[in-house]
Amino acid sequence: MTTAARSTVRVAAKERVADGVVALTLVDPDGARLPDWTPGSHVDLVLPTGDTRQYSLCGDRWDAFAYRVAVLREPAGRGGSAWVHDELAVGDLVGLGGPRNQFRLVPAPRYLFLAGGIGITPLLPMVDAARRLGADWRLVHGGRSRASMAFLDELDDPRVTVWPQDELGLLPLGDLLTGLDDGTRVYCCGPAPLLDAVEAVCPPGLLRTERFVAREQGAPVRDEPFTVVLDRTGAEVVVTPEVSVLEAVRAAGADVLSSCRQGTCGTCETTVLAGDPDHRDSVLDEAERAAGDCLLVCVSRSRGDRLVLDL
Amino acid sequence: MTAVLPTLDLDPFDPEVLRDPLPAQAALRDAGPLVRLPRYDTWAIARYAEVHAALTDWQSFESSAGVGLTNFRTGTPWRPPSLLLEADPPHHDAPRAVLAKVLGPRALRKLRADWLADAEALVDEVLPGGTVELDAVPALAAAFPLRVFPDAVGLAREGREHLLPYGDHAFNAFGPTDNALVLAGNASMPEHAGWVARQCEREVLAPAGFGADIWAAADRGELTHAQAPLVVRSLLTAGVDTTVHGIGAVLHALAVTPGAWQLLRERPELVRVAFDEAVRWESPVQAFFRTTVRDVPVGDAVVPAGEKVLVVFAAANRDPRRWADPDAFDLTRDPSGHVGFGMGIHQCVGQHVARLEAESLLTALLARVTSLELAGDPVRHLNNTLRSWESLPVRLVC
Ligand code: FES
Repeated sequence: MTTAARSTVRVAAKERVADGVVALTLVDPDGARLPDWTPGSHVDLVLPTGDTRQYSLCGDRWDAFAYRVAVLREPAGRGGSAWVHDELAVGDLVGLGGPRNQFRLVPAPRYLFLAGGIGITPLLPMVDAARRLGADWRLVHGGRSRASMAFLDELDDPRVTVWPQDELGLLPLGDLLTGLDDGTRVYCCGPAPLLDAVEAVCPPGLLRTERFVAREQGAPVRDEPFTVVLDRTGAEVVVTPEVSVLEAVRAAGADVLSSCRQGTCGTCETTVLAGDPDHRDSVLDEAERAAGDCLLVCVSRSRGDRLVLDL
Repeated sequence: MTAVLPTLDLDPFDPEVLRDPLPAQAALRDAGPLVRLPRYDTWAIARYAEVHAALTDWQSFESSAGVGLTNFRTGTPWRPPSLLLEADPPHHDAPRAVLAKVLGPRALRKLRADWLADAEALVDEVLPGGTVELDAVPALAAAFPLRVFPDAVGLAREGREHLLPYGDHAFNAFGPTDNALVLAGNASMPEHAGWVARQCEREVLAPAGFGADIWAAADRGELTHAQAPLVVRSLLTAGVDTTVHGIGAVLHALAVTPGAWQLLRERPELVRVAFDEAVRWESPVQAFFRTTVRDVPVGDAVVPAGEKVLVVFAAANRDPRRWADPDAFDLTRDPSGHVGFGMGIHQCVGQHVARLEAESLLTALLARVTSLELAGDPVRHLNNTLRSWESLPVRLVC
């Protein structure tokens, strides 16, 4: 049984899947199962540059041992995507947070999936789920050109419409989004102008979108040791990169229960009294993370050099 | 395959095995990582490593064919299948996400102060002062969950006496359908099930509570309105008997383990450890079945596709390959990683509720009771899936 901090993955494969898009296959460094996920989930990848980037999981969750993400090189981006394209190599380790899901597939008899460019990534597992659920579904996949559009080879299905802009122009949103019945749920992911255009036309009750906005970050994520203070006993313990906060506080005498040790079950939730948490779990939602008052200590860490826990 | 597959002629649902399952569970563990049980044409996994692996590997071991002996692919379930316990991804995804949020540790923070006050009130009622002898099952283990949980769900006051027999039968029904416990429960079941079904409807539920939260999720589109009552039903089926027996288990363990009550009084921060250690030690939910979706290797052998496999949580929780001195109830061990709540995507979604109930009651008892010991022979209540006490006579010194 391995109890090592489960917040690192190894790059097992890196493959160009379209112009400017690489797909990464990520595995556990010890070959263990990765935390379970559902369609629409993303992971945080913590790059050695200290940057955190969110990527949708676009692989097959019936394979519990690998995650797949696809990364578009963004010339205007903050450097994270360029680093993945230019520097990241097979065998490298990257920090992992999540998976978390803010773009859940809700039950419905009919789905319309609208993908713009790299926005196809969260929709691929949704299409798979819709197939398995026996729902009616349709996917319209837009992009600049066929060469820029990833995973076309995986979308060989009469219910898929491929819509390259250089051949067909902009997506015909007016046609696609009028006359939808109440049972249809529209899932759209893509660049902001596409999302804005869809929101302008689609009845809001039917629409679910995902926008990746760069999160306001406190101190950058770090891999240096930090100090955890156990408030009730006054004990202090240094957490080095190789151990989890859970292991460190247990070694310091705190009787914290845990169960999954993957950040998924919620058992190890501990109250934070002071400090700046680096959340890596799958349990807390955005509001709960922002509150900063609790920590899933089996996977989550600290951004600052001091964290005070109610232990 | 050259290895001979261990085969045991034992009936996990025999009344004598249910009365004292430990020898049969040890025999299953010792026989091998995978054991054939010809009595019901099924298989068993009882060692910790393989149990943990089978529970987390939902891709190979499905739940939608039922987690009892009846295979839903060939036999008829006694009630519409659970959207949680008896479902697999992707159908399982939405109900699980909704209920995990409704019962999540953050949601329970709001209940903490109220439940501790309720526990103190209950303890004051049953302990007027001085030394008291009582049956801890009705007076404490059942009384406390029945006092707080139905209110938290938002159930009507009328008819709550249906909850325990309904849950008891539901857990019996994971066993063989011609078994005496199942047959004995069948007659009164329509009445209990009818009441439970009516409580799942929105009009009957209080405007605030877990039940209303589930219906609100349906209004937001996270569930269908047809799914909502079945998700509420899961709360009522799995949320009452299990916590009653979990609390009974920890009270029994503390009463029979020398020094345990005193240690807990000195170190009340161990109450959460005490409850999880009791869940490990007793395993209120003993086992569930899974069904193989393909030929699945276990140890050196292979379970063929489509077979029912009994995954014995209780045996794993006392596997000496995983736990030092597994038969000892030990407040100084770390019980983390036990499979008493299961593990993986089907892990008990109400585990934080159970922990908070137990923590509230134990905290209130520790504040008043200086010693806890048996005052007579406890009597087992038999159930095909649950391990529990019918009566637990104890002496409480205040
Ligand atoms: S042990 Fe499960 S979330 Fe930390």
